[in-house]
Amino acid sequence: MTLELSLNQQPAHARQGSSIGQPLTRRDGFLKVTGGARYAADNHPPGMLYAVLAVSSIARGRVAALDTEAAKAHKGVVEVMTPKNRPALAIDPDAKDNPFMFRLDLLQNDQVRYPNQSIAVVIAETLEAATEGAALLSPRYEALPARVGLDGAKSFVPRGVGIGGPAVQHKGDVETGLRSAKTRIEATYETPAQYHNAMEPHAIVVAWDGDRLSIDTPSQGLAMAQGRIAGLFGIAPENIHIRSPFLGGGFGSKGMISGPQVLGILAARLVGRPVKLVLRREQMYGPVGHRAPTRQTLRMGMDGEGRLTAIDHHARTASSTFDDFFEPAADASHTLYASPAIATSHDAVRLDTGTPLFMRAPGEATGSIALESAIDEAAHACGMDPLEFRLRNYAEVEPMTGKPFSSKALRECYRQAAETFGWASRPLQPRLMRDADGFLTGWGMGTATFPALMFQAEARAVLRSDGSGLMETGAQDMGQGAWTAFAQIAADGLGLDIDRVEFRAGSSDLPNAGIAGGSGHTATAGMAIHNAGAAVIARLADLATGNEASPLFGAGNEGVLARGGRLYRRDDESRGESYAEILMRAGLTEIEAHGKGAPDPASQETYAKHAHGAVFAEVKVDPDFGQIRVTRLVGAFAAGRVINPRLVRSQYYGGMIWGISFALHEEAITDRRSGRIQNANLAEYHVPVNADVPSVEALLVHEDDPYVNALGIKGVGEIGITGTAGAIANAVWHATGVRPRRFPIRIEDLLG
Amino acid sequence: MRDFDYIRPATIPDAIAAAAEPGSAYLAGGTNLLDLMKGGIASPERIVDISRLPELNRIERLDDGGVRIGALVRNADLAYDPEFAKSYPAVAEALLSGASAQLRNAATVGGNLLQRTRCSYFYDTASACNRREPGAGCDALEGENRLHAVLGWSDACIATHPSDFCVPLVALDAVVEIEGKKGRRHVTLEEFHRLPGETPQRENALEPGDLIVAVRLPAEAASFSANARYLKVRERTSYAFAVVSAAAALVVDGGKIRAARLALGGVAAKPWRARSAEAVLLGADANEATFASAADAALADASPSGDNAFKIELARRIVVRALISALSGTPKRLPALPASPFSNIPGVRHDA
Ligand SMILES: Cc1cc2nc3c(=O)[nH]c(=O)nc-3n(C[C@H](O)[C@H](O)[C@H](O)COP(=O)(O)OP(=O)(O)OC[C@H]3O[C@@H](n4cnc5c(N)ncnc54)[C@H](O)[C@@H]3O)c2cc1C
Ligand code: SF4
Repeated sequence: MTLELSLNQQPAHARQGSSIGQPLTRRDGFLKVTGGARYAADNHPPGMLYAVLAVSSIARGRVAALDTEAAKAHKGVVEVMTPKNRPALAIDPDAKDNPFMFRLDLLQNDQVRYPNQSIAVVIAETLEAATEGAALLSPRYEALPARVGLDGAKSFVPRGVGIGGPAVQHKGDVETGLRSAKTRIEATYETPAQYHNAMEPHAIVVAWDGDRLSIDTPSQGLAMAQGRIAGLFGIAPENIHIRSPFLGGGFGSKGMISGPQVLGILAARLVGRPVKLVLRREQMYGPVGHRAPTRQTLRMGMDGEGRLTAIDHHARTASSTFDDFFEPAADASHTLYASPAIATSHDAVRLDTGTPLFMRAPGEATGSIALESAIDEAAHACGMDPLEFRLRNYAEVEPMTGKPFSSKALRECYRQAAETFGWASRPLQPRLMRDADGFLTGWGMGTATFPALMFQAEARAVLRSDGSGLMETGAQDMGQGAWTAFAQIAADGLGLDIDRVEFRAGSSDLPNAGIAGGSGHTATAGMAIHNAGAAVIARLADLATGNEASPLFGAGNEGVLARGGRLYRRDDESRGESYAEILMRAGLTEIEAHGKGAPDPASQETYAKHAHGAVFAEVKVDPDFGQIRVTRLVGAFAAGRVINPRLVRSQYYGGMIWGISFALHEEAITDRRSGRIQNANLAEYHVPVNADVPSVEALLVHEDDPYVNALGIKGVGEIGITGTAGAIANAVWHATGVRPRRFPIRIEDLLG
Repeated sequence: MRDFDYIRPATIPDAIAAAAEPGSAYLAGGTNLLDLMKGGIASPERIVDISRLPELNRIERLDDGGVRIGALVRNADLAYDPEFAKSYPAVAEALLSGASAQLRNAATVGGNLLQRTRCSYFYDTASACNRREPGAGCDALEGENRLHAVLGWSDACIATHPSDFCVPLVALDAVVEIEGKKGRRHVTLEEFHRLPGETPQRENALEPGDLIVAVRLPAEAASFSANARYLKVRERTSYAFAVVSAAAALVVDGGKIRAARLALGGVAAKPWRARSAEAVLLGADANEATFASAADAALADASPSGDNAFKIELARRIVVRALISALSGTPKRLPALPASPFSNIPGVRHDA
């Protein structure tokens, strides 16, 4: 990381700061619990109309007829937007010039390529009129047979998986490794399609003013959304103002602007009035992404000591027929376990579904549950304790690349979590533990990992002559606590008490903070904030040290410390003065500076950067009914610097609960004939309820990482799912002796 | 929005008169009806809002020792009525195992009886469904049907009735009090819901305009209070419909079963009274062997309607466990996880 300033702002300096590391409660918490936080759909500009999508009930074919007359005749309906009258766009929604540019369904033609695809938009004076208008369209279709399921079409090897990584990779020769092994296992695991299901549906409130656009919509990436919309409408990005102060969850589905959101903008264009469009829950099962299903086969070989000789991880996944996103599940085997030979490969089928997308720990979550299950099977095949087996195969360097880790406190995670959990007394064989009530009891573990990613971000810092500070960056708070964590980093960066710092975020007219995704937002935007703070302090220091009237005169930048709204001489802390005094003497009302956050290419080249963790699970299983309950989860995670332990713990809890969800609950049930999702609602698409989450403990393991970035931050948003889902599956095996091979684990799989 | 008339009658006769028009529907708690209307599955032209009819809101003890529960008593109010819960613990347990606290606060006795199936094809108006549209066909057959019926189904419909409340009610000989154009009549709950046969759209004994005014439990129903349980296996610990459930009630004297009641939920288009199992139980020794024979009898006619053969074996095991639990006695306090196998229902087999 190249610091853009001359002032010494080493991590050691920042660590003395009074805000970073404090378990502050959410600064937006009060607004949220009192209903004062304004989410996108809470906005009602004057003259606003309501837009409602009509969506396809077939998976494939074309819309042969729509009764737009009937819809228009309905009282309150203002307009019906179809391919015939949809305002022109500057580019084809099917154009794609980079992997992050997803093809959108914007009524470009009458084709249907998945169920719940938008086929028309009804705009009306009331939500009710628009809803009924959409129903009155009574579409007629020419339908073709739907392609459903992982065997529903011819498979092929995609050109890239995830964000463009190779679909097939290897190191060493796995066949040789397998042949030389003393013990081998092979197992296949299936994971279902899952939908992000953020509590807040995708919503947009939009007003045009000539060629200017004012938009309220939840977004994990404001600048990207702005750029995408600008491209589609052929207007300048600066003409588009997007506000996204709060997201009711996103999990990846709000990373890119989605088709329905753009249809809201088109609808407003068509009618010349502000428009609100909010997806209904069932409409979120299609156009806003999902986690693709996978079928993964793992082969492993072990020598006489239980050392891996080969890992072969193959994943079959699915994408839509018209766009590319391939869940990089097999890549999970690249980073965790040492082996002389590792091969990962993917193939895919194209189905009549919406395009899959990043969903919290994309690839890592699906891959982890299979890898951790297979590791458990391998340990058992070697007659070894699963923890001992993992330690035997501990990767001292990144297995696939041979790079050293920038930091890796995984051993300590294993130790702390195992001790807290009480793992040592676990019997090796399954089906040996019963509780006092007779329930089968099982203990399982999994290793968690997630890459420490950084993207690009900018921030602007201001110091004012009243001694207060301002920090601006277009960061996005999905509920993870960005409003709080970034304010903490800003306070330390500016050398101010947090209450003296005004922090602005969540708006596209602020400096580009990049994307809240890939667990990289705190590191990336945090570094931008940190650097902007350092830069403005450097300017302030210049003003003081260059002025004879200042007690800091001649100290030079190296010799100045910023703390509590004052600059001090490093060599003599009795000599200092307040920011206000410095600015007033200089006759300035404020000074500003900018900072950037970005990965450092040199350290990127040298080091493998990952967060790690260990999760231990206890489950109870009813021996007769196969009903499962997770009774205890203990996770220990090492992810570099902790900005706010309360928020970080919440992220781990959330991830671990998602792990329960992955192992036991979530599944989109698709009709094998029509391709329609049968449980597109939160009554039947299960996620855990409170009673499914009895006891979750997250331990924060100390980890200093001098290489990831100057603040030493890795990400915490996604790692909690990984490890946890596998730990639960392994605990179910330990309880019952039945190895779960498809997820979610079902009652009938355990009935015996 | 589709326009409909909204009528709020002041009396029962007014309500019945208002609902006599074709296309009318009573609105009680609305937790099912409004969802059906939003989804386009039901589109009544006239809503008769009975939710404020005061006389339907009472729990009355009858002179003959029975109880009469007004059709508008909320599910939560009934379950938490101390006297009621003491006399009919399995009913209270079933009520509290259903839905969520918010829904139970809104849902009513009558509405619970009349809630529609959760068959996803019934809700998906693009699918063929004989229940929604007679003669259209049944897309659940050959579809995603692992939770569908294993008893009493027909090729016309394989849906289940989702109610928990109805399961102990049917076991305890509940009677539905109905008021219609021709006055008041009583139908046993066992006869109230219908099996699909060739006419799955005829779900129950109501005629157009009929109003459920109350559900009665006879005096005898309280005689099981010391040995009555409801057990519900589901796919998450709370807030899920039953995969299979059972209500069991016993009177045991000197190790012999003097009276027995058994009903299953989640297995058929109606709450399933297992009379053949009761016959096995009556007069037999109260032990696990008897219970296993009873379970076999209860499921003797079961057959999978799709990918759901596991429900038959599951149902057998649930019957056995429910009977063991009933035998070991109603707990003094309702468990924190009502009807859950994880509420420490005794009888989990240590040797399984
Ligand atoms: C997410 C969810 C989960 C649920 N989980 C469960 C569960 O686990 N177990 C369970 O048992 N139930 C469950 N339910 C169903 C719930 O119990 C029913 O929706 C509720 O009991 C219906 O009662 P209501 O008063 O709201 O009925 P309404 O919705 O008002 O009415 C339902 C139907 O009954 C008719 N009706 C109502 N009252 C009368 C009357 N007195 N006379 C004649 N007709 C009448 C109405 O016209 C309508 O057709 C769940 C529901 C939801 C939405
Ligand atoms: S099972 Fe019954 S409710 Fe379901 S689709 Fe078939 S007919 Fe309709």
